[in-house]
Amino acid sequence: MKPLRQLRSRTIVLPFENIDTDRIIPARFLTTTERSGLGKFAFQDWRYRADGSPDPAFVLNQPRARGAEILVAGRNFGCGSSREHAPWALLDCGIRAVLSSEIADIFRGNALKNGLLAIVLSESEHRYLLDHPGIELAIDLVAGHIELPDGGRFTFAMDAFARHCLIEGVDQLGFLLRCEDDIARFEARAA
Amino acid sequence: MSTPRTLLDKVWDAHLVRAETDATPAVLYIDLHLIHEVTSPQAFTELRERGLKLRRPDRMLATLDHSTPTTRADANRQRHYVTAQAEAQVHTLEANCRKFGVELRGWDSNERGIVHVIGPELGATQPGMTIVCGDSHTSTHGAFGALAFGIGTSEVAHVMASQCLLQRKPKSLAVEVRGTFAPGIGAKDLILHVIGIIGINGGTGHVIEYRGDAIRALSMEERMTVCNMSIEAGAKAGLIAPDEVTFAYLHGRSLAPKGEQWDAAVARWKTLHSDADARFDRIVHIDAGDVRPTVSYGTHPGMVVGIDQNVPAANSAQDERALRYMQIESGKSMLGVPVDIVFVGSCTNGRLSDLRAAANVLAGRKVASTVRMLVVPGSVAVQRAAESEGLDEIFRAAGAEWREPGCSMCIAMNGDLVAPGQLAVSTSNRNFEGRQGPGARTVLASPQTAAASAIAGHIADPRDYLSAGAAA
Ligand code: SF4
Repeated sequence: MKPLRQLRSRTIVLPFENIDTDRIIPARFLTTTERSGLGKFAFQDWRYRADGSPDPAFVLNQPRARGAEILVAGRNFGCGSSREHAPWALLDCGIRAVLSSEIADIFRGNALKNGLLAIVLSESEHRYLLDHPGIELAIDLVAGHIELPDGGRFTFAMDAFARHCLIEGVDQLGFLLRCEDDIARFEARAA
Repeated sequence: MSTPRTLLDKVWDAHLVRAETDATPAVLYIDLHLIHEVTSPQAFTELRERGLKLRRPDRMLATLDHSTPTTRADANRQRHYVTAQAEAQVHTLEANCRKFGVELRGWDSNERGIVHVIGPELGATQPGMTIVCGDSHTSTHGAFGALAFGIGTSEVAHVMASQCLLQRKPKSLAVEVRGTFAPGIGAKDLILHVIGIIGINGGTGHVIEYRGDAIRALSMEERMTVCNMSIEAGAKAGLIAPDEVTFAYLHGRSLAPKGEQWDAAVARWKTLHSDADARFDRIVHIDAGDVRPTVSYGTHPGMVVGIDQNVPAANSAQDERALRYMQIESGKSMLGVPVDIVFVGSCTNGRLSDLRAAANVLAGRKVASTVRMLVVPGSVAVQRAAESEGLDEIFRAAGAEWREPGCSMCIAMNGDLVAPGQLAVSTSNRNFEGRQGPGARTVLASPQTAAASAIAGHIADPRDYLSAGAAA
């Protein structure tokens, strides 16, 4: 994984609460055996109308979404299934960070392992971002804060290990494999 | 004196390869890794690309369930997959299992079925274990006092290569259920009721331990239904301390310990309960007597209501949107809402006792002519057991379709889907928009309520059918 320290982008806002993983990537697209190529199916049932044409009312189809890498979503984003296809799909359509006041556990873990920043903010900070779509944010992972266009700052907490892995580009599987001696000892003890 | 510990503490402590620190999560050993065709291919690819082997293929259990057709193979033994990609996904797991040396409960196995149905059925799921699967309903196995949770595909690769996961310890939430359930009320009604109370994010960051006399009174299959939907409250896992009911269920199952090992295992399992003064981070009290037949009315599993109570008023734009999507009006009960499809199955309610509950209501009656009803057993073993009791005959005679085992309409990946705008009463676990097909409207319910609604052609109270039909 490539190290990730800073991210600067405009936001796109999806204000709905409880956006579940079936919304992010419907199950009918899970028959793939690859990680890539899922971006075109992200939010499928919101993005396209019944006749298959893009719905202009959906924010990701609007010109202002072009190039935006930060998604601000309503509370409890990513609830539901464990499908890692959800962060894969978001990354594949250019999203590099998801900001909310609450993010479901499995989704958050999956996202961070793939270099998709999943950042939880306070209710008031979240509300501010929901109310100001399209503003440019600078996320500084090293400092643990987000800079607003007016110079204001939101600090955020992230698990120390997850942050370290993102900043240094640490491969978690590599880390686990280096625990081999302890694992073997554990197995010998348990047998 | 040692400090009192919760069941979660005990299972957690027993699996620590390395304890957590501020800088690093715990390295947690995994006893059993369940895999299926949907969330494993990319993990196998990663192993291949990195030249890694499976560390403990003997601790894996593999099956085919999500993308598999539920229609029978034709005369040429051909199976009709929904797409070539679905078929390729199944073949990929078959090939990966051959190559990496994992025993697959595949098409030719009598032990195939939904991953969360076969684990317990085979006795692979045991108290005190850590169990993971690339599937959020892994929480089902917590019914045995195992710490069981869903993981993503990156973590599937972690477990494949190291038999371990990097984890922060979750918090504990006790859900204490006391009293007795009224007749005709099932485990599904209870868990929908609980999610309605704590909310779909009420369990986030927590493991729920279900406790109390009303939980102890549940059968193993009912306990699985309860733990299964813990994830629908956002919880990492559900747990129920093992007891005599658990031991009786496991005794004699093919992968359960035998002879002296069995005795030793039971002695060990008996220590797996929260100590009397163990501290939980949170406690919620539920009165079993308050639980009515419960159904969902909105587009997430926390939007539930007693079947004879009125759908609450929408108090956000979000709720309004959900009601519009569902075409449900607030201020009225769900009784009488027309039904197009009834689905009985899934890892929530696709076990033998669920099929019996549905058959009990259906016996001697007919599915309404406007309703299509699918009954999909959770596994080949459930299918055979149901057939040997003649349940399949009851379903067919009533006009329902009796299908081959699999996830089917729960996730609608295999071609079994609800058409846009149709309303399905489903015994599965998720009523998200489009979960059962684009535009599908899902009402979650117990098998009894599903069967009663199939007969009536609209959402119906199972108690009306049980009182009249129970005599037979
Ligand atoms: S039955 Fe449904 S919830 Fe259960 S494993 Fe299959 S798809 Fe997932």
